[in-house]
Amino acid sequence: MSDIEVRHLSKSFDLKGVKVEALKDINLSIKPGDIYGIIGMSGAGKSTLVRCLNFLERPTEGEVLVGGKDLSTLTEKELRKQRQEIAMIFQHFNLLMQKNVIDNICFPLLLRGEKKADARKRAMELLKLVDLEEKANAYPSQLSGGQKQRVAIARALASDPKILLCDEATSALDPQTTASILALLKDINEKFGITIVIITHQMAVIREICTHVAILNYGVLVEEGEVEEIFNHPKSEAARELILGDISENQWNGETRQKDRVLEDKCLRIVFTENSAFEPVIANMILKFGVPVNILKADTKNVGGIAKGEMILGLPEGHELQEQIKAYMVEKGLEIEEVTQYV
Amino acid sequence: MFSQEVMNMLIKGIGETLYMTLGATIFGYVLGLPMGIIMVTTSKDGIRPNAGVYKVLDVIVNIGRSIPFLILLILLMPLTKAIVGKSYGSTATIVPLVISAAPFIARMVESSLNEVDSGVIEAAKSMGASTMQIITKVMLVEARTSLIVGVTITLGTVLGYSAMAGTIGGGGLGDIAIRYGYYRYQADIMIVTVVLLVVLVQLFQTIGMKLSVRLDKRK
Repeated sequence: MSDIEVRHLSKSFDLKGVKVEALKDINLSIKPGDIYGIIGMSGAGKSTLVRCLNFLERPTEGEVLVGGKDLSTLTEKELRKQRQEIAMIFQHFNLLMQKNVIDNICFPLLLRGEKKADARKRAMELLKLVDLEEKANAYPSQLSGGQKQRVAIARALASDPKILLCDEATSALDPQTTASILALLKDINEKFGITIVIITHQMAVIREICTHVAILNYGVLVEEGEVEEIFNHPKSEAARELILGDISENQWNGETRQKDRVLEDKCLRIVFTENSAFEPVIANMILKFGVPVNILKADTKNVGGIAKGEMILGLPEGHELQEQIKAYMVEKGLEIEEVTQYV
Repeated sequence: MFSQEVMNMLIKGIGETLYMTLGATIFGYVLGLPMGIIMVTTSKDGIRPNAGVYKVLDVIVNIGRSIPFLILLILLMPLTKAIVGKSYGSTATIVPLVISAAPFIARMVESSLNEVDSGVIEAAKSMGASTMQIITKVMLVEARTSLIVGVTITLGTVLGYSAMAGTIGGGGLGDIAIRYGYYRYQADIMIVTVVLLVVLVQLFQTIGMKLSVRLDKRK
């Protein structure tokens, strides 16, 4: 049985008399222990979707089942109880600014009526887990962004949730801090078996830790599946844009000339899987066809903990030759993808 | 400088002024605080939106705030008499002061609570907090600095109004200033009462600000 099941979910808002459809007929199934990424450009409806999973937003149509329970059938009181099992962390951390770290972590426990001493004990354990014991009595304003998010994670874990929703949890953080927060989330997922749902606009986040990904574009779910599969074979336009956008994020800053080449030339994006790394495929291809290819970009990327080679090749002119080269590479077991536009 | 008699009168005046100001502020909050909280919770973006309730309170507050205090003082005389038993003196003045301060306080509380980061409220909701818990454990706690500043401003305003009530026999420093300074042309007594009023306002302001800064953990 899946942890979270979303069926035919739609959500529309009424903005000054104009109906805005934020989400259209979304179907998802998230299994226990998954790290499920939901990615899309800003305005794609990601944040609305994640808020439908704990009913902070009520869907206009469709169902959300958490642990088999249809959230729309719950009373207000039952829903509040259910929410204690679905923790959430946010882009801007949303800590209580007037309370210190330990009281922030105690907060969800005190909400459900636990004794202060017990809550404090549990909070100290959690602080240890997120490696911030020495900050127990500090106030959020004295912490860095990464530390605040760690406190928020500890607070989220306090009520022993089965599911953790992360709404752009790393978007306000620098790359190093992002990496450490992602490592912490992965650790939590492995240690406690908590299902994690991650909303992000950064493909790097999805690659780093997600097992599954759903791509959201203008409120429509355009692609869904295992991260590796989508990284190797993006089917939808939106998925390609995101994967190529991922390239530009860390590589092509300022090098527009190179970027332009991708637009002008016939280009291929190649993904090397493990077995294709044994043979010098590109070198052999050049020898075989006797023509030069232009390596516009080469990189290795961490996809779910496995290093994947990624390369963008500018092909020589001539349609027939290009087709032959493509056929050759497919034959050698490479994952290829034509780059028709740069975004 | 003054006779013992005048000194005693001034001391009594200070006592009455403090009594009216603090009394009216406390009862004003008893009425105004819940009103402000209900307005924030029932507003369009509140945690329990209710357009009807909000509108009613909004109108009541606006009416209350637009009636000049002196008029209210006279209008409320029957009510004051019913509650206190007489319509003059400092205890009687507390009634119109409360009625006049409550809407002002409600607005003040509303604006303080609206400053609370909606993200923090959302976080509390996601943890399964009830409306009451969000109000008492999130909004009032997070807004406490601003609420204290509100109390400080209210004290100053109420103190000014209490002096105004002196014109119709309300007691306190305002009463002394009118009776001795204005009707009997004893300018020295008038000046002293005004200085005392200024000192009181200054005192409230300083204490309030110190307290709010000390309790603010945001910096």
